[in-house]
Amino acid sequence: MKPAERMKIDRQPMTEQDASARAKNFREVNQGYADEAATQEALRCLKCKDAKCVNGCPVGIDIAGFVGAVADGDLNKAANILLAANVLPGITGRVCPQETQCEQYCVRGKKGVSVGIGYLERFVADWARENREDLFEPPPPTGKKVAVVGSGPAGLTCAGELSKMGHAVTIFEALHKAGGVLVYGIPEFRLPNHIVEAEVDGLRRRGVDIVTDVVIGQTYTIPELLEEEGFHAVFVGNGAGLPVFQGIPGENLKGVYSANEFLTRVNLMGGYMFDAGETDTPIIRASQAVVVGGGNTAMDSVRTAKRLGANPATLIYRRSREEMPARVEEIKHAEEEGVIFRLLNNPIEILGDDKGWVRAVRCIKMELGEPDDSGRRRPVPVEGSEFELPCQVFIEAIGTGANPLLTQTTPGLEVNRWGNIIVDENNMTSIPGVFAGGDIVRGGATVILAMGDGKGSSVAMHEYLMNGK
Amino acid sequence: MFPIRKAVWLAPKVRLIEVEAQRVAKHHQPGHFVIIRVRDPGERIPLTMATSDAQAGTITLVVQVVGATTEMLCDLEAGESILNVVGPLGKPTEIEDFGHAVLVGGGVGTAVIYPQAEALKKVGNTVSAIIGGRTKEYVIFEKELAEHCDVVHPCTDDGSYGYNGFVTGKLQELLEDESQKIGAVITAGPVPMMRAIAKVTKPFNVRTIVSLNPIMVDGTGMCGGCRVSVGGETKFACVDGPEFEAQDVDFDELVDRLATYQTQEKIAWDRLHKCQDCSKS
Repeated sequence: MKPAERMKIDRQPMTEQDASARAKNFREVNQGYADEAATQEALRCLKCKDAKCVNGCPVGIDIAGFVGAVADGDLNKAANILLAANVLPGITGRVCPQETQCEQYCVRGKKGVSVGIGYLERFVADWARENREDLFEPPPPTGKKVAVVGSGPAGLTCAGELSKMGHAVTIFEALHKAGGVLVYGIPEFRLPNHIVEAEVDGLRRRGVDIVTDVVIGQTYTIPELLEEEGFHAVFVGNGAGLPVFQGIPGENLKGVYSANEFLTRVNLMGGYMFDAGETDTPIIRASQAVVVGGGNTAMDSVRTAKRLGANPATLIYRRSREEMPARVEEIKHAEEEGVIFRLLNNPIEILGDDKGWVRAVRCIKMELGEPDDSGRRRPVPVEGSEFELPCQVFIEAIGTGANPLLTQTTPGLEVNRWGNIIVDENNMTSIPGVFAGGDIVRGGATVILAMGDGKGSSVAMHEYLMNGK
Repeated sequence: MFPIRKAVWLAPKVRLIEVEAQRVAKHHQPGHFVIIRVRDPGERIPLTMATSDAQAGTITLVVQVVGATTEMLCDLEAGESILNVVGPLGKPTEIEDFGHAVLVGGGVGTAVIYPQAEALKKVGNTVSAIIGGRTKEYVIFEKELAEHCDVVHPCTDDGSYGYNGFVTGKLQELLEDESQKIGAVITAGPVPMMRAIAKVTKPFNVRTIVSLNPIMVDGTGMCGGCRVSVGGETKFACVDGPEFEAQDVDFDELVDRLATYQTQEKIAWDRLHKCQDCSKS
């Protein structure tokens, strides 16, 4: 097909569950491409000689290669290319912010709409999961043992890559289920737990040992792993699991949640099925819910509250839409589902009733002033503009900090003033043989950046393990 | 899976469960707790450990049936398993030589003070224990505590055994007796009891430490559900605690937050019993 013909094909829309229906259930919003749509979308790729899209991919997928294979109808080849660079494609195909990564570099986006790389990645990953056996040749063992702390995106990726190189990898997970933020944080309507389970099972088949119910820093310390448990290197990817609260009055009222708690109760513990008698972990269902924050976690929380029956489910954000860090698709989906956005507003106090339950949140209007350190215009309160927003559940999704459990019990491990682990250009920490990546290093970032760290670290760890460097 | 080695009733609705959890046993110190999940898809609940045996790789939990999950747990017999046990969690008790340390245990809290008694004795304290129960049959761990304590004062609400009255009454007596030279009071038990103890010790200006057990999910500081106000600051009981200076704790708020899921707890309880009834018929 000639480029001119390729240019004529419009971007294929993603099939979605109807907005009014999905606002009442936890099934996945995006339904995936049909075969024909996938082929058409892949044909939109202009096969650039010097493809720029890969520059936007933290794990360096040969995007033009796998998209080309889809266009040729060779899904087996597409899957091989994809899996060679990315051990979790079903996950990244769903949660990567493609618009600021691969798709941002796509030449077709310069005059129109970029190729739907994320949708195609998801299509190939789902096809491979459903249609073929994992073709995996175990590599010759190196005799080296590696411990990976945390089974989130950074840890899973690092473990997958290290096992490909022949190292014996054990992942230690604090919760009872593997996946980290992928299972406790990201809701099922965006990333179904069974997808995470399938990709985690893929790692198990590759020989990665996953041990749940182990909190490094409490059950074992890092020095113990190295000195007593026989590990030759450690990768720390325990995430940024410490919720940040705003510090406003009323935060300990009943009905106030951190986004972490709210989402963990619903996603990991299945709290949304409590009323149906299928799970044992309760969650408060509010007729009116308010979420504060502007990132993906805030979107996940407010859309979850909506699905639990809140009407309205309102999102408050102190800046304007342009500054929202959430993925474009999540904002669009939230709006379609009827989430109310109250931008340029900030909560200043949570008000309770005489029984200690939240009854409203007091807010103040904001306006944008001069740019701050982040380059975004600083929101400043508008005097005398306070108002009350009634709600029975109030969720804070304003970010997370570094969890100190591990760093406090690891002598010699250097952290910065926010408690994030300091690493060198090879992702090695101040302790030789101990590497780190993902949110515990970056603060709050994305799944794919964590995966990029996991992958980058695996290369450096291999070098360290084999050559002592 | 964590196999149960031994499960016996110590008192009505109070069960001792010895479970294999090698990694936890190896690192257990007094004051630590675990989070368990009985079944899938079960809830996660925190339980403070009574004892552990690093060599045998076991930990001992003393559990009171207070809701659906604790009932399911207490229904398990030796040979069966607990699905998940994670720990040890929380900060261990600060063990130092207070001169005379008085431990006060109420209900299953009596088992919690047992490892503290052992550790406090080891560093040279005179150790007294005041343990309470509604009636004689609810007084537990008396014999075990006697192994490490200089004196154990059992108390019963109805006077059927030991001191006639609440543990606070006995504590008041000891505090008023200047010859006792009490350096610290350490307590675990129901929140109303711990609150009452804080009130009793306050005028005596004796350091008082309480072990809190708020609602938790992960137990690693990740969710913040267990937040308590201590000295005007918000603390996470799972990682900053579970032990805090009693005089600084906002007990009203703690009691209030513990009631968050009362309605759902009742639903879960009714559901469990309805199921049990239908499986019997």
